[in-house]
Amino acid sequence: MLFCLQGALEGNSLGFRNELKRLPKKRALESQVKCIAGTRDTPLRLMYLSHMAKKEFGGLEPQLLLKIHDLMVKSRVLEERLIKIYRAGESYFWIGGPGEEAWGVALGLLTRKGQGLNYDFLHLHYRCTPTLIALGMPIIDSIRLMMNRVTDPSTGGRNFSNHYCYPKWNVAPVTSPIEVQYSIALGTAHAQKRAGQKAITIVTGGDAGTAEGDFASCLVWASRKGRELPMLITVQNNKWGISTQWEGQHGEEHIADRARGFGIKNRVINGNDPVEAYLAIQEEMDYIRETGKPSFIEAMVSRLYGHSSASGANPVPNEIDCLKDFEEKLLKAGILKSADAKKIWQDYEQEGIKAQEQVRSEGHPTEESIWENVFVNNENADWRKF
Amino acid sequence: MANMAQAIRMALHVGESKLGVKDIFGQDVGAPLGGVFTATQGLKTAWNTPLDERGIISMAMGIAMAGDKCVAEIQFCDYIFNTIDLLKIAGNTNWVTNGNYTLPLVVMTPVGAGIRGSIYHSHSFDSWASRLSGWKVVMPSNPLDAYGLLLAAIQDPNPVLYLKPKALMRVKGEELIPGEPADEKDLKTRIDAPIGDRTEWKPRWPELKEYYVEIGKGKITREGKDITLVSWGRHLLLCNEVADQLKSEGISVEVIDLRSIFPYDWQMIKSSVEKTRRILIVNEDTEVTNFGEHLVYRCVQELFYHLHARPRVLAGKNLPGIGLHHNLEEASVPQKADILREIREVLNEEP
Repeated sequence: MLFCLQGALEGNSLGFRNELKRLPKKRALESQVKCIAGTRDTPLRLMYLSHMAKKEFGGLEPQLLLKIHDLMVKSRVLEERLIKIYRAGESYFWIGGPGEEAWGVALGLLTRKGQGLNYDFLHLHYRCTPTLIALGMPIIDSIRLMMNRVTDPSTGGRNFSNHYCYPKWNVAPVTSPIEVQYSIALGTAHAQKRAGQKAITIVTGGDAGTAEGDFASCLVWASRKGRELPMLITVQNNKWGISTQWEGQHGEEHIADRARGFGIKNRVINGNDPVEAYLAIQEEMDYIRETGKPSFIEAMVSRLYGHSSASGANPVPNEIDCLKDFEEKLLKAGILKSADAKKIWQDYEQEGIKAQEQVRSEGHPTEESIWENVFVNNENADWRKF
Repeated sequence: MANMAQAIRMALHVGESKLGVKDIFGQDVGAPLGGVFTATQGLKTAWNTPLDERGIISMAMGIAMAGDKCVAEIQFCDYIFNTIDLLKIAGNTNWVTNGNYTLPLVVMTPVGAGIRGSIYHSHSFDSWASRLSGWKVVMPSNPLDAYGLLLAAIQDPNPVLYLKPKALMRVKGEELIPGEPADEKDLKTRIDAPIGDRTEWKPRWPELKEYYVEIGKGKITREGKDITLVSWGRHLLLCNEVADQLKSEGISVEVIDLRSIFPYDWQMIKSSVEKTRRILIVNEDTEVTNFGEHLVYRCVQELFYHLHARPRVLAGKNLPGIGLHHNLEEASVPQKADILREIREVLNEEP
């Protein structure tokens, strides 16, 4: 842990030296000793880390950085658990988005979560596990969805993995027809604008799906002059459409250029960098809440395990791993200790294993339940009983 | 008496002023036109959308998801086909989320032939709609039912497809809508937008009362004992005419206005067929996998030993479209003479 004190005293930062000078001598000395020993987080160490974080991590506090890292690990471990469940033959199909944790966790943390028009609405796609984890979804709930149990809070065992639905956080149902979320999101944004509570609608989707007309509908309706909608419109561009590469699908240089054509504020970001993602999302959300107008982010992301079971859910070589990179940076900066990192991975792995074991014992949807919720309040929908 | 367009307009007014409807929207739905059939004139929550059917249905779904009530319009059902997967999603949302999200919304769209609308203004959608599980589907045949069914649709917690028989939009009713002025001219003066500049015009709505037609309940419009005719929308009126004509020949025809395609009033059909032992189902959607075939299937399965003749469906020809020339249109969708012929054939069958 010597780098901690050395880095500080070598004085790359005037700010840190000034902070150090303000500490009483004895306390500073004690802190330095403990810092070198690396036994616990002393005020001095925390101060240093805070300074480093601000310098190297866009001003984000160490506590937040560690939280982002923790949630990214949790999401990655969960997604890999889901793939293991699929490979073990305990589920029919896996589809998800490991590799998008940097973007997804930042989005979830910045969302004003809650139910109703005073809170943000989320219209997500099937690569949204990191966002749900950041919102607070327990690992076991995702496994329940994966294993089609009746305890699955999103669909009661009726739909694929990652097809989440959480009304308590305004998370709209994830649908398999990709990109319909872009146009359905218009409606919640419209209602939010009328309510006037500065809540916004957030929509995410993949790059390939932007070929669908619903993406164009979203841009048209959200940008009508005088009727602009408070929407954060985003695309997670991994340059793949199942097995078809970007070059085979697009002529435009950036998808964000399409938003520019509608006068929508837009940017392209490195979605593999959680700090860049966090700061960009925060800035655009602030803009939307302030102006009531839409904003567009195209986040360039990786795809670590292919699209779904359809491509075998196998690791994809030569992709940047946002979590690995971020963890290395945190370790290098001394914000994260390697022992702590190891423990985080192990703990979530254990949580996943235990959750899977528990879900195995949970109930299955019954055959009699197929008619439930066709109509609201279970009004009869079986024509045989009309 | 109000015509169907006025009845729909008055129902929407009640919807926005008493039942919490916050948005009535679609292409040309707002001012200045107020709908191509004038059914949305003068409504305070009516607004115009881009020419984008998928956007219209999606917007309705999102508004419903947010907890607000809305009525969306697709200008002609011929243009609803590119929204079919969205309609499917709207219908399955409550089911696939296991009750997490409900989508209480109304989509209304004019349907059917009868106005010389050619290929893209003559299509029907009732049989297609019957396959959209999770939706309720209704279709009125007169202004009072148009009013009562629309209020019921607005109040229903499920997505409801409200099919407007376009050829009946100017047909007047035989019963007053509760609160409707008895004087037609008075009603027209109050709620029909003037020709020309409408910028200063505002409707003077009568004191309308709530009136509901229960979704899923049909209505016997002619009582009879020799044969049951089941129909809905525009062809219900033709069936009534035929029943009245045959009465003078001593043939007693029972006519059922189904009103709801889904859920449908099987008990009413069943009781009638058990009495008449013969059934003909009449509608103008195309004949292959026509919704009437489902009803016939059910008659065969459940009423086979009551029947004295093969149950039949008289529907539109299985053609790609309806041609503009009146010869083409009349040969494509059932006419009064066709109904008469079919009835006679059914009645002439020996058990």
